[in-house]
Amino acid sequence: MKKFTLLNGLVAPLDRANVDTDAIIPKQFLKSIKRSGFGPNAFDEWRYLDHGEPGMDNSNRPVNPDFVLNKPRYQGAQILLARENFGCGSSREHAPWALEDYGFRAIIAPSFADIFFNNCFKNGLLPIRLDAGKVEILFREVEANAGYKLAIDLEQQTIGAPDGTVYPFEVDAFRKHCLLNGLDDIGLTLQHVDEIAAFEARHHAAQPWL
Amino acid sequence: MSAQTLYDKLWNSHVVRQDEDGTALIYIDRQLVHEVTSPQAFEGLRLAHRRPWRIASMLAVPDHNVPTTNRSAGIADPVSRIQVETLDANCAEFGVTEFKMNDIRQGIVHVIGPEQGATLPGMTVVCGDSHTSTHGAFAALAHGIGTSEVEHVMATQCLVAKKSKSMEVRVEGILGHGVTAKDIALAVIGKIGTAGGTGYAIEFAGSAIRALSMEGRMTLCNMAIEAGARAGMIAVDDTTLDYLKGRPFAPQGDLWDKAVVQWRNLHSDQGAAFDAGVLLDAAEIRPQVTWGTSPEMVVAVDGCVPDPATLSADKREGAERALIYMGLSANTPITDIKIDKVFIGSCTNARIEDMRAAAAVIKGGKVTVKQAMVVPGSGLVKRQAEQEGLDRIFTDAGFEWREPGCSMCLAMNDDKLAAGERCASTSNRNFEGRQGQGGRTHLVSPEMAAAAAIAGHFVDVSKL
Repeated sequence: MKKFTLLNGLVAPLDRANVDTDAIIPKQFLKSIKRSGFGPNAFDEWRYLDHGEPGMDNSNRPVNPDFVLNKPRYQGAQILLARENFGCGSSREHAPWALEDYGFRAIIAPSFADIFFNNCFKNGLLPIRLDAGKVEILFREVEANAGYKLAIDLEQQTIGAPDGTVYPFEVDAFRKHCLLNGLDDIGLTLQHVDEIAAFEARHHAAQPWL
Repeated sequence: MSAQTLYDKLWNSHVVRQDEDGTALIYIDRQLVHEVTSPQAFEGLRLAHRRPWRIASMLAVPDHNVPTTNRSAGIADPVSRIQVETLDANCAEFGVTEFKMNDIRQGIVHVIGPEQGATLPGMTVVCGDSHTSTHGAFAALAHGIGTSEVEHVMATQCLVAKKSKSMEVRVEGILGHGVTAKDIALAVIGKIGTAGGTGYAIEFAGSAIRALSMEGRMTLCNMAIEAGARAGMIAVDDTTLDYLKGRPFAPQGDLWDKAVVQWRNLHSDQGAAFDAGVLLDAAEIRPQVTWGTSPEMVVAVDGCVPDPATLSADKREGAERALIYMGLSANTPITDIKIDKVFIGSCTNARIEDMRAAAAVIKGGKVTVKQAMVVPGSGLVKRQAEQEGLDRIFTDAGFEWREPGCSMCLAMNDDKLAAGERCASTSNRNFEGRQGQGGRTHLVSPEMAAAAAIAGHFVDVSKL
């Protein structure tokens, strides 16, 4: 997994609540057996004017000029600013894969759906919960200022705005540790092989039908 | 020991270790696997030269990509075919039990788990699919996970997790005629919103829940995720045990008796405290119909499409956008909404009881919509429905009787809506494009869907 330490990135605003994982990556792209290559189809139905299917040459497709991520000023954005309940719906990890492959490294929103939130951390993508009032301020700032960037410091748990405002945020100690160091969960868990085996033996002795 | 909730009991009995910050390793008893979210996990195991920790905990089935017609010809879409073949190859390589596409036991992963008795009370159950909450109907701790976690569970039999908060959704009283578990689910979501359960594990309780069949309980727990809760659950009672007894993966003989003794304890203790609570009166719940592009955009069938201008500021913009997408005008009576297609199926409503309920409202009527399909949840549901003659009731009325799979719930196979088509669907999500790009989905119960197929518009089944 990619490490996440410091990020000074361009911000793109996606101003709608309840953005679901079907919208982030539509179902037809879930047929891939790979983990990569989903970026060109992130937000496919909003981003293009035609219907997308796997295997198409996306560079030749008509883009929707009204979709915010297609605006020239947001090209190269690494931070997605979003609204409530971002990532609701399906558990598809293809959603964070698509966002990460598109180029995002962090998402700031008032709230996230649980499974999506969890999936982000497995892919070097930092989801940050910030209260709705602060998110509202950031929406106004990003829309008012072309080239608006935020500086995210995971170690310090802060977001620095260009006007000098610093927004602190919360993050789980374990998830922070994994992201800062780019650690693979499985390797960490396997350090506890003996405990797992001992638990399993007790568990199955007590419930032999399992 | 102080009074515990069902969730406390399930959680505490699976903690392998716990760190100071609350992060825990949770032991997983059952992992269900399907073709869409597993290939990258198997590939991860291979790349790291790892083997699954406990093969016997895994059960695999292809469901999302499978065709629901003419299976003898295989899967026409080459990309879908490769995904199903990849599951077959991975299961063969690692020795995982799989019900392949042409096995009578094949079906939607959340239908076949319980049907086989592979989901048992007291278990932790995971699957790379958000509707894994379904299995909580058996007093199991069950929730969806992402593909990285699928690989993690395969490799370690554990999940890294933090305990959620607990919410009790209590439904007391008796449901009216034509009102179902689906309507309870939609009414709950309408009340608390699609993020109302975020961060919580929900226990459904109360006399109306105890009166539900296992099929109804699965429908309800299935939709816990649409309320934002990863897990929904219901205490064990005789209904649970009667359903499970004799199922292929359930314990038999002495082992069954021993298991039952332990399972009887799988309920919240008297006086157990929840972090949040919601109370509904069953008698007040009417058949529900969603009007928008989120399951919380729902009204009773005798209501009207809301006027966004009357909604609170935070809901207005979403409602306006939803009405444009849905092609609906404010204040339209729900029963005036005309339907193009009907889909009866999905992990929410494709069990035998759903088939019976849908067939029962047909009463000799004929399908008047463009297309109405019934997709049973498994090969065994299909066979039983045919033994009961339900297939004839459907086909005589003009419904298509299909092979089992996820089908038009998410339209990964060929079953999909065209842009602008309006569908009465027994599935779980009415998101934009969910059933096909530009397709318009109204979530309803099987009874409501079947009645709409005959009438061509929504009808209040409580008055039939």
